[in-house]
Amino acid sequence: MTKIVRRKATNLSRRKFIVSSAAAGGGLALGMRLPFGIDAAEAAMAPVEVNAWVVVRPDDACIIRVARSEMGQGTITGLAQLVTEELECDWNKVGVEFPTPGESNARERAWGEFGTGGSRGIRTSEDYVRRGGAAARVMLLQAAANEWKVPVGELTVSNGVITHTPTGRTTTYGKVAPAAAKLTPPDPKSIALKNPKDWKIAGKPMKRLDTAPKLDGSLVYAIDLKLPGMLNAAVMDCPVFGGKLVSFDNAKIASMPGVKRAVKVNDTTVAVVADTWWHAKTALAALPVVWDEGANATRTSAQIADHLKEGLTAKEAYAMRNEGDALKAIAAAPTKVEAVYRTPFLAHATMEPMNCTVRISADKAEAWVSSQNGEASLAALAEATGLPLGKCEVYKHVLGGGFGRRGQQDYVRQAAAIAKQFPGVPVKMIWSREEDMTHDFFRPISQARCAAGIDAAGNLVGLQVRVSGQSINAFNNSAAAKDGKDDRQLQGYYEKPGDAQLGYAPPNLLLEYAMRNTHVPVGPWRGVNTNQNAVYMECFIDEAAKAAGKDPLEFRRALMTNYPKHLAVLNAAAAKGDWGKPLPPGVGRGIAQFMGYGSYSAAVAEASVGKDGKVKVHRMVLALNCGHVVNPDQVAAQVEGSVAYGLSAAFYGEISIDKGRVVETNFHTYPILRLAEMPKVETVLVPTFDFWGGVGEPTICVVTPSVLNAIAAATGKRVRDLPLKNQMEALKSA
Amino acid sequence: MAKLDINGKVYDVQVEDTTPLLWVIREQVGLTGTKYGCGVAQCGACSVHINGAVVRSCSYPLSAVKATDKIVTIEGLSPATTHPVQKAWLALDVPQCGYCQSGQIMAAAALLAKTPDPSDAQIDEAMTNICRCGTYQRIRAGVHQAAASMKSASVNPESSNA
Repeated sequence: MTKIVRRKATNLSRRKFIVSSAAAGGGLALGMRLPFGIDAAEAAMAPVEVNAWVVVRPDDACIIRVARSEMGQGTITGLAQLVTEELECDWNKVGVEFPTPGESNARERAWGEFGTGGSRGIRTSEDYVRRGGAAARVMLLQAAANEWKVPVGELTVSNGVITHTPTGRTTTYGKVAPAAAKLTPPDPKSIALKNPKDWKIAGKPMKRLDTAPKLDGSLVYAIDLKLPGMLNAAVMDCPVFGGKLVSFDNAKIASMPGVKRAVKVNDTTVAVVADTWWHAKTALAALPVVWDEGANATRTSAQIADHLKEGLTAKEAYAMRNEGDALKAIAAAPTKVEAVYRTPFLAHATMEPMNCTVRISADKAEAWVSSQNGEASLAALAEATGLPLGKCEVYKHVLGGGFGRRGQQDYVRQAAAIAKQFPGVPVKMIWSREEDMTHDFFRPISQARCAAGIDAAGNLVGLQVRVSGQSINAFNNSAAAKDGKDDRQLQGYYEKPGDAQLGYAPPNLLLEYAMRNTHVPVGPWRGVNTNQNAVYMECFIDEAAKAAGKDPLEFRRALMTNYPKHLAVLNAAAAKGDWGKPLPPGVGRGIAQFMGYGSYSAAVAEASVGKDGKVKVHRMVLALNCGHVVNPDQVAAQVEGSVAYGLSAAFYGEISIDKGRVVETNFHTYPILRLAEMPKVETVLVPTFDFWGGVGEPTICVVTPSVLNAIAAATGKRVRDLPLKNQMEALKSA
Repeated sequence: MAKLDINGKVYDVQVEDTTPLLWVIREQVGLTGTKYGCGVAQCGACSVHINGAVVRSCSYPLSAVKATDKIVTIEGLSPATTHPVQKAWLALDVPQCGYCQSGQIMAAAALLAKTPDPSDAQIDEAMTNICRCGTYQRIRAGVHQAAASMKSASVNPESSNA
């Protein structure tokens, strides 16, 4: 287990930091332990597992197990709040530990799913973790009742202190835990969970459990791991996707400082292994490598753009939604609007580059890794080593950013392939930033052709959106992409409620997808396809409103009467965002709404454009209905973060292709939003408590369209190609 | 062979003098709070103080470090995480993934040492480190809060080495 046991903030100066020696021995207790008590006393303590989710120590500390990954999104704190709420323990004595995927495998997946993506960390585990906490509470109370020989109904519990009401006797969770652990667990389904309206810990802005070790350098990320005898590896994958490694000349680097040797990792990748990573990286740069760049070596962004453009008007396309006769309605309408939009490939660029440490001996393989899916990492390790799952183990570290990138296991397979060639020796593989940026699974590129018909009264009578672009499912050889019928690429345009439902119902609607794949690897990127699809829909709706002579908010409202939840969030954003109120000269206001990951989002942006064409976003108001809010401060943090991630993409994000490879290699050519460009963000939470929606991703998709709409309001100029850095000439004023 | 004064302790390191200070700190000295983010002085995850000034250590060769230079890393910023910036970061739950925060905190501490009550424009100018989680709004608030706490304490920041 990887433990993050929190201590009280007020105890900051008393904290001691221990890197468990069990880490080096490959035991269960890897990594960080941040005890809030006295170390010697803690060492003597026997933590008692009451059930899979709850471990209680004699000092009444409750360690809550969290299977999901922590990548900054606050999931471990939120899940711990939910367990604590039902457990009725003392929040100030709560710590968290990660069960390992190997333990989970050995215990018939006692902790359920490890995958942490699609904004599912809390919403798809809230029920069973709350029941886990509740079941532990029932067992702890029963143990006290048995000891006192009183009916359990006479007991109450608060903050881990059990009271026998008639006599006033008290005991604590720490004292009764050993007896509780021996009881037959109740059926979790039989326990009534609290009404969220009665929550005391969940639903409140509790402080994160993992902040303190992020302030003094003590948190050990996977890239920071040190193991006895460890070697380091730097890797280079063929720069052209689809190319192959032909040969490399070990002799040329053999005498360089610290170098062990260069090794073939797989058909496309070479690595240099050395004593330190800096030595490995330096030698890799000097290593003569011959590539067979293959047929893709002539591909360019211009070719890809043409390929996608053809899809915009191709005869064949997948009509996911075809209601009424949109083409006829548009053709017959007195006012027609048409536009083509384009969005580029994007890199995730997590701050911590991909890395993984692996040690392989004859009958054991271990990986230390930042992963969004520990079980998938375990499977990748088993596959790469040929060892059965039962002989593999994965120790999860807190991620230095995920955003979808670390759901992929390519880097785990690479690290395993390298370590296999150094039996018994731990090898830490770290990607350079350049490797990380050029070998991502990029946000797919797409274009959209939009057409609308508006009647004499200014009503939208027909709407067509045709998206042409690359499919993530097709890249993954998923059946969901069969025959080009890939709904996922039209995420956010669904008719079905609950996940990513389109909030508009024009009388005639045609929503199509023309699959146009490329040789570039693609994958989920925070918000996935809601990002592009919200730009197309929400900017074009603004264009249609303008053509209809209507206010963009009123124009939307007229289309949303059947979608009260979408509408309520739009209205919340409009109200807080001062829609319709005066603005300083040169500043425009834009609005957007969209749904993804089971949650409803809307944004109002205020932006202006300098004489040089540089866009400034002054203020953003985002409204979110995610059903239940487990921690309002952390939901706000996710909203703020989604604005930064979204604006980075809007301003600068562009991965382009030349000679079959990625052109941008580091932050000088793939710039990231900086603090000076961050607008003031106001978060408006309007939960309705009747569903569980996601938080990490939903709001990002409304950021860019609201800003583009604000630019149009400020300047009259409509940006339809991203990023904005390429539009400065067009946005310049005399 | 070079002598380095890091967090008040002198280390002898034996490594090529072209090695970036970042990798000397991480791999030779063994202090891993200072992070690798880009290697080209763009992101600031590797920020340390040399004689009180912020330096992006990934692009600062060992040969440029003098034996008299006082290097401070995140681990040595304060005893027991008591620097006003660290306290403000804790109070506001600034970090998300946390990976860039060592560098952000070092940049903020250096800013406040020079400019105890910075304006937003001064924060804009000084705080140029990249954060992918997008904690910028809280970083700004954290700098202001740390400045306010320093002012009200009317003493210098509780800092051993900075």
